Amino acid sequence: MNQHLLSIHDVDADDIVRILDTAESFREVGSRVIKKVPALRGRTVVNLFYENSTRTRISFELAAKRLSADVINFSTSGSSVSKGESLKDTALTLQAMGADAIVIRHSSSGAPLTLTRWVNGSVLNAGDGTHEHPTQALLDLYTMRDRLGRLEGLRVAIVGDVLHSRVARSLSFALVKMGAETTLVGPPTLIPPDAPAWGVEVAHDVEAVLPKLDVCYLLRVQKERQRQQYFPSVREYSRLFGLSRARVGLLPEEALVMHPGPMNRGIEIDSDVADLPRAVIEEQVTNGIAIRMSLLYLLLGGSGSPGEEPVGARTGAADG
Amino acid sequence: MAERILFRGARVIDPAAGRDEVADVLVTEGVLAVPDGENATVVDCGGLVLAPGLVDLHTHVRQPGREDKETVETGSRAAALGGFTAISPMANTDPVADHAAVIHEVRELGARASLVDVLPVGAITSGLEGETLAEIGEMVEAGVRMFSDDGRCVPTARVLRNALTYARTFDGVVIAEHCEDASLAEGGHMHEGFHSYSLGLAGQPREAEEVAVARDLAVARLAGGRLHLCHLSSAGSVDMVRRAKAEGLRVTAEVTPHHLVFSDENLLTYDTNFKVNPPLRSPEDREALVAGLVDGTIDAVATDHAPHAVEEKEAEFDLAPVGTIGLETALGAVLTHLVHRGRLSLTRAIEAMSTTPARIVGAPDQGGPLEPGRPANLVVFDPDAEAVIEPPFGSKSRNSAFLGRTLRGRVVHTLYRGAMVVADGKAQR
Repeated sequence: MNQHLLSIHDVDADDIVRILDTAESFREVGSRVIKKVPALRGRTVVNLFYENSTRTRISFELAAKRLSADVINFSTSGSSVSKGESLKDTALTLQAMGADAIVIRHSSSGAPLTLTRWVNGSVLNAGDGTHEHPTQALLDLYTMRDRLGRLEGLRVAIVGDVLHSRVARSLSFALVKMGAETTLVGPPTLIPPDAPAWGVEVAHDVEAVLPKLDVCYLLRVQKERQRQQYFPSVREYSRLFGLSRARVGLLPEEALVMHPGPMNRGIEIDSDVADLPRAVIEEQVTNGIAIRMSLLYLLLGGSGSPGEEPVGARTGAADG
Repeated sequence: MAERILFRGARVIDPAAGRDEVADVLVTEGVLAVPDGENATVVDCGGLVLAPGLVDLHTHVRQPGREDKETVETGSRAAALGGFTAISPMANTDPVADHAAVIHEVRELGARASLVDVLPVGAITSGLEGETLAEIGEMVEAGVRMFSDDGRCVPTARVLRNALTYARTFDGVVIAEHCEDASLAEGGHMHEGFHSYSLGLAGQPREAEEVAVARDLAVARLAGGRLHLCHLSSAGSVDMVRRAKAEGLRVTAEVTPHHLVFSDENLLTYDTNFKVNPPLRSPEDREALVAGLVDGTIDAVATDHAPHAVEEKEAEFDLAPVGTIGLETALGAVLTHLVHRGRLSLTRAIEAMSTTPARIVGAPDQGGPLEPGRPANLVVFDPDAEAVIEPPFGSKSRNSAFLGRTLRGRVVHTLYRGAMVVADGKAQR
């Protein structure tokens, strides 16, 4: 594995299998009464969140804490520029504090890569602009493999605003790496014209795609895209591309419905559909903690198997 | 200036005179003279090329307004170090160069630095706002020959028509356009294509430029006058200019060294020194630009030297400003990537960097021919010497797309009106 996880391009298929397998062994920790192992004791993990994302931050925080790492939450609303301190100075500050890993969420594509110029620790991309969200893709793969038993040959559709979705990018790249058959579905205004070069199919008729799927993965509709004229109205989007009660019946019986959250019930997904047993949206959330434990453990060279005492752990200065 | 300098044994390339030969060149009293065997300081130029000083059609020196990034003096010094003897500071300063007072100030600062001819570009419209014509006549009286709202495209065909038509009042005035359809380019941080989609960066399609080029050529056909197209970036634009020239339109065009050398593939690490406008496009576009320069469709190489503060460029990609400095790397870039690779003759390179831009901007003292009695604006360079591009620069800024790269071709001496302002690669004033 690379030192950092900035993009799905940083891991190959073997790495992905190792990440999922390691997560498998960590998932059990979450069902214990004492949900904690000492694998990263004395290590410092910083959550550097330039965008509000309570869900992702809490998931990383729980993951780090269950590994016994010290966790610092460095949150700021808006960009570094509006805050007054540059990304560089924030990075140098965290470096001086001895952060072993920095989990960064940022509205600017590429900010995690830029951050690596100034810090020695591992950088984990928790979502950058419209670029990538690799940990989301990995927890989605984990959920698919857990439920369906395999990834190779799975038929997956990603439906919605692929153009502006970091989740769709990471998930597409990851599915292609694992040999899944991936189709991007949405109006042409929201699908990158060059997407076929990623190794995926493109379709614009969701009803024609649904009967052939193992997984229907829905993306959140961002209402601002209507103002930018990517589609005429949320209502029309929902009518053409939303997973309604009628449409969900077109899916094969075993097929899953997935969503990275937070959902717009009644827009990209009918509220009743979101509550069907085949909609594994909460499982995605639960699995996210195990995947992030796995990644922190592997990137920080956590020692021994889960549950054992760490060897050679170094002390990070943590002053909250 | 009583000093007499004899440049001995240089390969003299003077496109304006159709000359390429090894010869001695004598400079006395600030002008070129016929070598007469009398006493002179001899500068050995064996293996070196001597040519008319380079002329930049497109320079941002940031003064007045952003003297922290560059001043007329530091921009002039960067230019001299790069072998230039004339620069054209763009009008997008603060205040905007849309009236004679700013023009006079910039010229005065240039004269005080006395490193290169400073030929300010005037704004086409007041405040670069694209609505009302600036007082072009007053600026012409102040010596301006080129007008541009660079950084922005004149937003409506009607205003551009009036500017081109009105400019016909004066001899030798050219309207220079930054071709960009704002509605297509808006929000884009790089060339739109495979890489922008993969990097998650909003793109601006090449059609943002092509739509404006097509409109501008049509308007030029309607209005007459002289149109110059700045920093072309797309293959389609080159094709349109080629056809327009064949048709007889009075249009000229420039390309930057960075568009001739780099492409959107250089953005894969989100290096903000490659964030420029127009954006670096595909390798196919780059090849079309080279072909356009080779066949004369593109008349000139211009730097679009755009200094920015380190802290502005050391930022998130979408927040960083656009531009790269270019004065000190232009010659090396053209030599390394075009001349040494056999794409462009040395004579055509000098023509595109000196002779032709001097003609476009109406600078009779620049660009040759290197004849007795004419001002000694010269560059002497070693076409084969290699240098790694790194600070310190003559420029106040260091946002160079060429940082860390090796260029083959180095300026040795620059003579500005007979004075050795750069000697052995070092600025003398």
